[in-house]
Formats: sequence, structure tokens, C-alpha cells
Amino acid sequence: MAKEETITVEGEVVEPLPNAMFRVKLDNGHIVLAHISGKMRMHFIKILPGDKVTLELSPYDLSRGRITYRYK
Amino acid sequence: MRTVIRLKTKDEIEIMRRAGAVVAGALDMVGREIKPGMTTARLDTLVEEYIRSQGAVPAFKGYQGFPASACISIDEEVVHGIPGGRQVKEGEIVSVDVGSIVEGFHGDSARTYAVGEVSQAKRRLMEYTLKALLAAIDKARKGNKLGQISATVQRVAEEQGYGVVRRLVGHGIGRELWEEPQVPNFGSPSDGPLLQSGMVVAIEPMVNLGTYEVKTLPDGWTVVTADGQPSAHYEHTVAITDNGPDILSVA
Repeated sequence: MAKEETITVEGEVVEPLPNAMFRVKLDNGHIVLAHISGKMRMHFIKILPGDKVTLELSPYDLSRGRITYRYK
Repeated sequence: MRTVIRLKTKDEIEIMRRAGAVVAGALDMVGREIKPGMTTARLDTLVEEYIRSQGAVPAFKGYQGFPASACISIDEEVVHGIPGGRQVKEGEIVSVDVGSIVEGFHGDSARTYAVGEVSQAKRRLMEYTLKALLAAIDKARKGNKLGQISATVQRVAEEQGYGVVRRLVGHGIGRELWEEPQVPNFGSPSDGPLLQSGMVVAIEPMVNLGTYEVKTLPDGWTVVTADGQPSAHYEHTVAITDNGPDILSVA
């Protein structure tokens, strides 16, 4: 029986880190380390603590993610 | 979140082989019984009776709320079809996914069946989905990366122009039906954990004739292709041993 992939989840940024990395608290309470997608970097989309974001998790390492969207 | 891959002992793998044999027996039985005009509910009953006759328990019934013993998915249904009043018809391809529990360990396998004569396109889709599974199983060797399994499925399927479903993945299996690691059917061969002896995974390519995009129907289970084109699904439970891949879901 196939398993639903845990790919896109929502979370809230808790702490900015160097190199456009962020610590993000997911809606399910887990804390992951996320970097910001290249496209968002190109468009200078700023992310601050407290922002709601969408991120993609790697199916291989669920403690790391990639931020793909910042809610206004 | 830490991902823990539970390794199985040789004895546990032998129990899982028995669970796998029950599943394989059920799928063999489906192959003999499936006929045009049969309802999917009838097939499900046959599967449940067979599993129980072998002293095993259907693994899917009640799993995360799934109401039946088998997932039966016709044509554009990819996986997780809920058995009911729909009749299988000549020319359709029907994916049947079955799980069993023996002494607390799970077996999980799926096959796609052609009902009567099916189109050349569907037959080829089935053939290459099975080829993708078998090629991927050959990569289930210790020292390989999990991504080599994933990349192999993707390569075999995409070479034929098919879409490999991304939203659903294979999985580790053991005391739980779904364990770590996830086994995607796409990705880079350098990704994922190193495979070790004692890991048991359910490898399950879901291959669509058209796009890889899928959507879930309002019943919360049935996954269908976004473009309505048919999809095939094959799955085996495979143990990684010192002597290479060991397919547990065979009769």
C-alpha cells in the first residue's frame, strides 16, 4: 500500500540563520532547518521570524527543508 | 525529526516471508478469479477469505481507516481504490494491492491484471511497470544508496515516456505497514540512506500512461491520474541481505 509522501508542509519561521537558512517550526510541532529556494532568493523575498511559510521536505531527511513560499 | 530504519533479524525476515507468501497466494488467486462483471467488493471478499484461511490477518482493513482488505484500482485509478459495487469490465486494467500480518509482521504486494483483451498501450504500460520494479529490486543491495532504487524505476518508466507518480512512495515495512525509509520512485541515485543487510522495503512503482500528476477523490483514499489516463502498479516486499535482494512476497 503506497504511502503519501511528506513533501510540502507549512510552518512558521522561528529563527534566521546565516546563509539564508532558517529554523522553521512546522504545524505538527517539529523544528526543521530550511534554506530558501533559489527563485525566492533571486526575487529578494525577505523572510523574518514569525512569517508563515510553505516548505518542501526531503523524503530522505525530514529534518531539512526548502522554503518555497512566504505568506504575506 | 529523526528517521529510524529498523533492521530485521534473519528470523524476523523468515516470518515476513510467510506474510509475503500469504499476499502472493492471494494475488495468484485474484489472477485466477478476476472476470468481467465481477464487482470489486466481491474480489475484496475473496482476498479477505483467502488471507484468513492462511491464518493471517488482512493488514489494510482499518489501517488509517481504510475500509477493506484490498485496494482495487481500475484504469485511471492509481492506488487505494476502495472496493465496492463497481464491476470490472473487459479491456480494463485492475491494480490489486494486498497486505497481510503474520505474527505481527507485514507482507505487502500489488499486481496489475488485464481483464480480457486490453489495448496494446495498456499492456505495454503494465509490462514496463513490472520491468521497472524488477530492475529496481536488482538495485536493492547492501552498499547501494536507496536513491539507486528510485532512480532505476524513474529511468525505466520515463524512457518509455510514462509518468512516475511522485506524491506516493514505497516504504520500509516490518512490524508496521509503513516504516522508514520512504522509497520514492524518482530521484537521484546519490540520494538517500545507504542500504544495509536487514532492511526490508516495499518497492512499488506507480506508472501512468500520461502525466505523473495525480489527485485524490473526495472519498479521501482513491488516487486517480490527473489526466484520466490509465495507471499501473506493481509492488514487492524485498529484504536486503548479504546475498543480495530477497523478494519476500512470492508464493
